[in-house]
Amino acid sequence: MKITFDWLRDHLKTNSEEKNLLERLTNIGLEVENVESTPDENKLFKVAKIIKIEKHPNADRLKVCDVNIGEGELKKVVCGAANAKEGLITIYAPPGAIIPKTKIKLEVAKIRGITSYGMLCSESELNLSEESDGITELSTKYKKKIGKSYFSKSNSNLIDLSITPNRSDCLGFRGIARDLAASGFGKLKDFKEKKIQSKIPQRIKVKIIKEKNQGCTVFGSCLITNVKNTESPKWLKDKLISVGQKPISAIVDITNYVMLDINRPLHSYDADKIEKFIIVRNSKSGEEFTALDNKNYKLESGMCVISDKKGVLGLGGIIGGTRSSTELNTKNILLESAYFQPGSIRNTSKRLNLDTDAKFRFERGIDPLSIEHGLNKAALLIKEICGGEISKIDIQKIEKYRTKKIKFNTDLFEKISGFKISTTEMIKILYNLGFKVKKDKKILDLTLPSWRPDISQEVDIVEELVRLTGYNKIKTINPIKDRKKPTLNKSQKLFHFLQRSVASKGYLEAITWSFTDSNFNNYFKNEKKEIKIVNPISSELNVLRSSIFSNLIMYMNKNLDRGFKDLSIFEIGPIFTGSNPGEQKTVVTGLSAGKKSRLSWIEKEREVDVFDVKRDVIQTLVEAGYDSNQFFIDSNTPNYYHPGKSGRLFLNKEKNNEVAYFGEIHPNILKKIDVKTESLVGFEIFLDNFELTKKTLNDQKNKFSYSDYQKSERDFAFIINKDVKAQDLISAVSSIDQKLISNIKVFDVYEGNNIPENQKSIAISLTIQSFEKTLNENDLEKINNLIIKTVENKTGAKIRS
Amino acid sequence: MSDLKKIKDEFLLKLRGKLDISQLNQIKSDLFGKNGLISTQFKKIGTIVESERKKFASDLNLVKDELQDLINSKINEAESAEINKRLDKEKIDITLPERSFVRGKIHPVSQTIDEISSIFSEIGFSVEEGPDVENEYNNFTALNTPDNHPARDMHDTFYLDEKKQKLLRTHTSPVQIRTMLRDKPPFKIIAPGRTYRSDSDQTHSPMFHQVEGLHIDKNINMGHLKGCLNYFIKEFFEIEKIKMRFRPSHFPFTEPSAEVDIGYEMKDGKILIGEGNQWLEILGCGMVHPNVLKNAKVNPTKFQGYAFGIGIDRLAMLKYGINDLRAFFDCDYRWLNHFGFDPLDVPTNYRGLSR
Repeated sequence: MKITFDWLRDHLKTNSEEKNLLERLTNIGLEVENVESTPDENKLFKVAKIIKIEKHPNADRLKVCDVNIGEGELKKVVCGAANAKEGLITIYAPPGAIIPKTKIKLEVAKIRGITSYGMLCSESELNLSEESDGITELSTKYKKKIGKSYFSKSNSNLIDLSITPNRSDCLGFRGIARDLAASGFGKLKDFKEKKIQSKIPQRIKVKIIKEKNQGCTVFGSCLITNVKNTESPKWLKDKLISVGQKPISAIVDITNYVMLDINRPLHSYDADKIEKFIIVRNSKSGEEFTALDNKNYKLESGMCVISDKKGVLGLGGIIGGTRSSTELNTKNILLESAYFQPGSIRNTSKRLNLDTDAKFRFERGIDPLSIEHGLNKAALLIKEICGGEISKIDIQKIEKYRTKKIKFNTDLFEKISGFKISTTEMIKILYNLGFKVKKDKKILDLTLPSWRPDISQEVDIVEELVRLTGYNKIKTINPIKDRKKPTLNKSQKLFHFLQRSVASKGYLEAITWSFTDSNFNNYFKNEKKEIKIVNPISSELNVLRSSIFSNLIMYMNKNLDRGFKDLSIFEIGPIFTGSNPGEQKTVVTGLSAGKKSRLSWIEKEREVDVFDVKRDVIQTLVEAGYDSNQFFIDSNTPNYYHPGKSGRLFLNKEKNNEVAYFGEIHPNILKKIDVKTESLVGFEIFLDNFELTKKTLNDQKNKFSYSDYQKSERDFAFIINKDVKAQDLISAVSSIDQKLISNIKVFDVYEGNNIPENQKSIAISLTIQSFEKTLNENDLEKINNLIIKTVENKTGAKIRS
Repeated sequence: MSDLKKIKDEFLLKLRGKLDISQLNQIKSDLFGKNGLISTQFKKIGTIVESERKKFASDLNLVKDELQDLINSKINEAESAEINKRLDKEKIDITLPERSFVRGKIHPVSQTIDEISSIFSEIGFSVEEGPDVENEYNNFTALNTPDNHPARDMHDTFYLDEKKQKLLRTHTSPVQIRTMLRDKPPFKIIAPGRTYRSDSDQTHSPMFHQVEGLHIDKNINMGHLKGCLNYFIKEFFEIEKIKMRFRPSHFPFTEPSAEVDIGYEMKDGKILIGEGNQWLEILGCGMVHPNVLKNAKVNPTKFQGYAFGIGIDRLAMLKYGINDLRAFFDCDYRWLNHFGFDPLDVPTNYRGLSR
């Protein structure tokens, strides 16, 4: 809502400065978004008179004018307007002036060899009207003003207010002034309503059809005959221009003015174009009409239309139609002032994707009791400016306005706001807002003003009172530093722990969209179903992600394109398994590309591989408090991993909790996405699959015990079938006696010469140490044999001699 | 001249020369080995007449100690000379680069969430979460934003079905509803998380982060709200003096509602939060609307309190001088590295938010 202090003063008596006004507006909830100062340059446009005209020597259509710009000062101006003639009073713009329409700054210029000092302006160039044929012709009344600025000096800046959707009453100057006055900023001026005095009946019959979901409940109208639609007088043009509106014609300007002034939208019809009568009804599916925006609208059923015998004239409260629009030669006007239901307006405008000023106001709720007032004000102005005869006001209604009442317990104010004001103060504020107040001890019996559809319960009254008293009156009660519940629960702690744990291993944390490109998503969807967004922001973000990999690889690729070769990034966040609330999982997903130790003088460079990510996953889980001795790994992974170089990790050998995947990304995907890197490995850790430990850090530690007896280290090499896993071999050994045998390490894996085909050699080293005694050669020999026998039995391996 | 003196003089002379370790060891064994000259003398002690035996033994010991000390010190000397000689050869260029170490970074949004949680933790808030996909009821209707309400225009919503029943939450406020429906009052929670609106330009991105706050108890009023946010803002920006302004606004789910501005000024193209003369809007808040409490099965005549919603990304931008919101989600390696935080920088109550 754009306002000026000048216009506001039509309704508000105040001596305050604009600076204070701005502060007060924001403080009462009418936020000042922007203040645009009226350009000083407008002073430059002067009333001037053409003294002499000569033909331009080098151009047939151009004239060279000597222009009196005041106190006898003459300027030479080259002008092409056909209506330029000696003696004409017009508007002159000097070099330096900025033309309002084009925003072009004038300069002294040579036009076909003749220097022109400034320009004579058309009305359209000054945004005064659409008139662009010829320069402005001012009446002889302006004779005395030659040399003076054409635009009246205005101190009033253009103030742009952000009005919240609940405050429809403040979409008009009157409402804003009322609010300011209630806050103690000035006094609301009395409303001197002039009424139409007429005995002529309104002869066009109006009927509102009583039907289901009728969007119009009241339709007021009056007929003004024999008008002469004309250009608006200067005061009216100036007013509209001051708030950034463009004057069009007196009738349109007047309805706009009334709308802005008291937030009462009106519509004017060319009465001669209405076929017989007016019927307000629901539209039928397929009906069409051409609206004032020159677009043809095909209507669905159930939209509130104003129609005549021929058909739809317009959409009530949203937009009129071209068939009945007023023009400069319109003689007879039907003026409409109606009440449309906010829900109906919103519904229709949403279905047609139509947004107009009237719609914006009606959907927020117009004062239902402003119908006659709007007609009086507009019709009398039309008569004053355009002449004509006004009929009586005709009002059709299918619903009676019921006044709303609230019983307000004054105690509630302090209970909610935390501070006190007197009941007298409360009554004063409410009275100034237009409430009727009856006091009954602690209870205020309130009758609500008809222009406040937003108020419906006691707490709304509290808001009005706090708002107009000032939020700065609210005391600051400092919080107490006291915690009764833990801040994070176990799974939140795990989230934060894993996040930082992964980051500590060289991964940069990224945050990417929860949605992604369905083409990318398909690569990583595996067996999950696709979840489409009905109204995506672009086709590249059209599905919820089934995996974080899709986005991560896309961005990894962008970084590779930027020239970075060795990168690790990760994200922790949701993936989606269904379109219902809760069908999502929290996953940490990491991606590592390129090489380790690239171009190092000291270390040998190599490609990142699956054992890098395996370390990152296992180390992260160990840091989070899980025992790596319990982990079980197999190679069943989703289809976006390299089938031979990827793994699935369980927290225990019972395979209850599948918590992670890791491995090389499938080469086919890399080819399709065209990832330019030597190697790309990744992992996913599924937070929802963790069994959360109930233990504290202290509980998680085993009892501290160690053996001081002599320990011995032993090496074994086994020949074993290729498909037997190292994990099986190790778990066979550790199954013997974990207290006795520890520190099992694979130190060599070998295939090739000397080893039969389909077999491999795995060499392990381990430590044997007893908690009870020093083991002698005999004991050790026994244990050695036990290890060999167990491994051979459990895995089919043979000890290598 | 006694044998002893002869031995002593001879070896003192020998030891005066420049000897390496093997030569010194040879001398040591010549003297003190099994059949060394000194060892032999010790064996003679028994054969010496009683009257001279004592003196002989004492002289012998003196000679032995003198020679032994001399040899040991010579050996030490030679050994360190040898090490020094080796060290001369072992000089490396210590300015060569160290072995590489890569630590990752924490995203500024995550860091900011941790900071916010740490601050609210101290005044008794706990962290709640809710799903990213919400139903229409929790996101709008329960929050007193019925269908056909213009306030819904403020949220350009992503929908997952044609009936507009399932959507990506447009704010974290539905967590209020979930929490209140699940538990019993009092409530004192914050709910950080991802939020979505179909809006994309310089200052809007289709996904962003919000933290919701909710404090419901028997007598929580606007003064508590002001105090809580006042405390939070000061702690978060780590500035003692900061101007704050509460001004009336409108949200369907709070009544009365407020927006909070903080003071700032521009200095050398950078935004300085604090006591500047300009105002910057940073959050919306208010007293939870009785309709919302009713919808969440909380009795509004017994319980009341406040709620607030803060844009996390915006807070991070202001605190850490980040200009472009979209860069948060662009995953540019250089940006992540520059604005990211070391994972060891965990914001805590006792250590504070920053190093």
